[in-house]
Amino acid sequence: MNISRQEIEDFLYHEAELLDEWKLEEWAALFSSEGVYLIPPIGNPEANVNHSLFYVNDDRARLDQRAKRLLKKEAHVEYPHSTTLRNIHNVRIVDQDPDGIKARCNFSTYRTKRETLDCFVGVSEYTLVEENEELKIKEKKVILKLDSLRPHGKVSIIL
Amino acid sequence: MKRYVLEDKLKSEFSVNRKVFIDQEILEVEREEIFSKCWLFIGHKSELPKNGDFKRKKVGGRNLLFTRGNDGEIRVLYNSCPHRGALVCRENKGNSKVFRCFYHAWSFNNHGELVGMPGRDGFPEDFNCDGSKNLKEVSRLEAFRGFVFVNFDTNAISLEEYLGNAKEYIELVADQSDVGMEILEDPQEYSVRANWKLLAENSVDSYHGMPTHKTYFDIVATRGGELSKDNLQGVGIDLGNGHAVVEYTAPWGRPVARWIPAWGEDGKKEIEETKKMLIEKFGEERAERISSYNRNLLIFPNLIINDIMAITIRTFYPISSDYMEVTGYALARKDESETFRQRRNDNFLEFLGPGGFATPDDNEALELCQEGFENNKEVEWNDISKGMNREQPLSNDEEQMRAFWRRWNELMVENAMGVRI
Ligand code: FES
Ligand SMILES: [Fe+2]
Repeated sequence: MNISRQEIEDFLYHEAELLDEWKLEEWAALFSSEGVYLIPPIGNPEANVNHSLFYVNDDRARLDQRAKRLLKKEAHVEYPHSTTLRNIHNVRIVDQDPDGIKARCNFSTYRTKRETLDCFVGVSEYTLVEENEELKIKEKKVILKLDSLRPHGKVSIIL
Repeated sequence: MKRYVLEDKLKSEFSVNRKVFIDQEILEVEREEIFSKCWLFIGHKSELPKNGDFKRKKVGGRNLLFTRGNDGEIRVLYNSCPHRGALVCRENKGNSKVFRCFYHAWSFNNHGELVGMPGRDGFPEDFNCDGSKNLKEVSRLEAFRGFVFVNFDTNAISLEEYLGNAKEYIELVADQSDVGMEILEDPQEYSVRANWKLLAENSVDSYHGMPTHKTYFDIVATRGGELSKDNLQGVGIDLGNGHAVVEYTAPWGRPVARWIPAWGEDGKKEIEETKKMLIEKFGEERAERISSYNRNLLIFPNLIINDIMAITIRTFYPISSDYMEVTGYALARKDESETFRQRRNDNFLEFLGPGGFATPDDNEALELCQEGFENNKEVEWNDISKGMNREQPLSNDEEQMRAFWRRWNELMVENAMGVRI
């Protein structure tokens, strides 16, 4: 698969827009059939999921459930929905190989609710593949560049 | 004298004044009477497997070093230079023979002894012969079944006496493996914009389970963990000394030894083996209790050991009356297979922690309570009466919270504030 950086940027901007618009099922559909969504421990992005406590370790089924749950009124933390804004910067292609394209970007994601604004910053690492002639996410690893989840207290939105 | 906790047994009514969640002066008294006098959890022995291992911890508002010295001893040192005060160690964890304060370069071995200082000739010969320039050690450090606690009050009763009836429940966790339990790396460090006591209540509150976590139960049901009439049944117990527990059944799988269909036939085999081990060791009844029953345990004031779909250990400290810092650990059987560890961690992350499907909703509930307390001038009292009309309160009653408040009241009002205010 040959793909330009600009095409990847467009894809990531599209993803960000879906999330900011709370089109979460459409977001989940961006993942390949084996897709995973991960938030490893802060400061230990290469941690082994059996030996370290992650924040999120979703396989395809669970990331679907995450999206569906957040759309329910009973997902109290996000009802009414918070207002979010995602900025993507420094997009770079790290590697193109038969397993997929590895791309990386910096992100700053703002969430506000009840007049409290939190900012999540970090680097997202993507493995992108082609499935049924469409670009899909095989892995999205969100590496938070924070000291802790304070004062945020939670990652209730999708990063 | 103002009363903050009212218990009326005749009317089966229990009330807590909302001022306790917002008042700065009450927080100051808590720092003295609770966080300077109670036994506080600092960590689990498994966090320091090798000599020289250390972890930086904040406990009761103190900056501490949880260390295993070269002699194999576990110590807790104040992370504060005896010279002019700087934090001596800035790494969150590691392994080291020495801690060196960068400011004037005094260095200390991992027992805390001062072993080097530039310009030694500027100090008298007998400098530090009384040890007063060593890293100060927390005087009271005691452990029970791998759980290590500190107490800043030299006169405190022993840890075992303090834990009292809660020991039985710690043992039900510690006994889950033949070779011991271990803490996973990288505990979750998060916060809640609410008073710390709200999380003490929430962590043992089964009454909120269904309304707050419905979306979670929906997901468990998709794995064959359907909610039946026998689920979420159990008891809530005041264990004395402010400790409390709920023990109950639930629809989820428990990696120690409660199987659910989603784990398949091979999962069943492994669960049966574990169960067999437990029966051989503890007999049928206790083995069944360990494997099938869930426990949310509160050790006063702020240690939670929740042995549920996974095991979490949680501590939390007030930074201000409306903001707390939380640390969440995962505890697991050292000897479980990779597959079961994965199942355990999936179970954990799905429910627990700041990225789970349940904890963020708890967080939200607590923050809404805190915001609601702004009305406390006119809307003064919380109600915690559920189950007072029953001989044996159920797990989804509120006896556990009452146990916390009874002790809080003893320490704060009867002993301390009564004198001060
Ligand atoms: S403050 Fe530590 S050496 Fe001076
Ligand atoms: Fe909860």
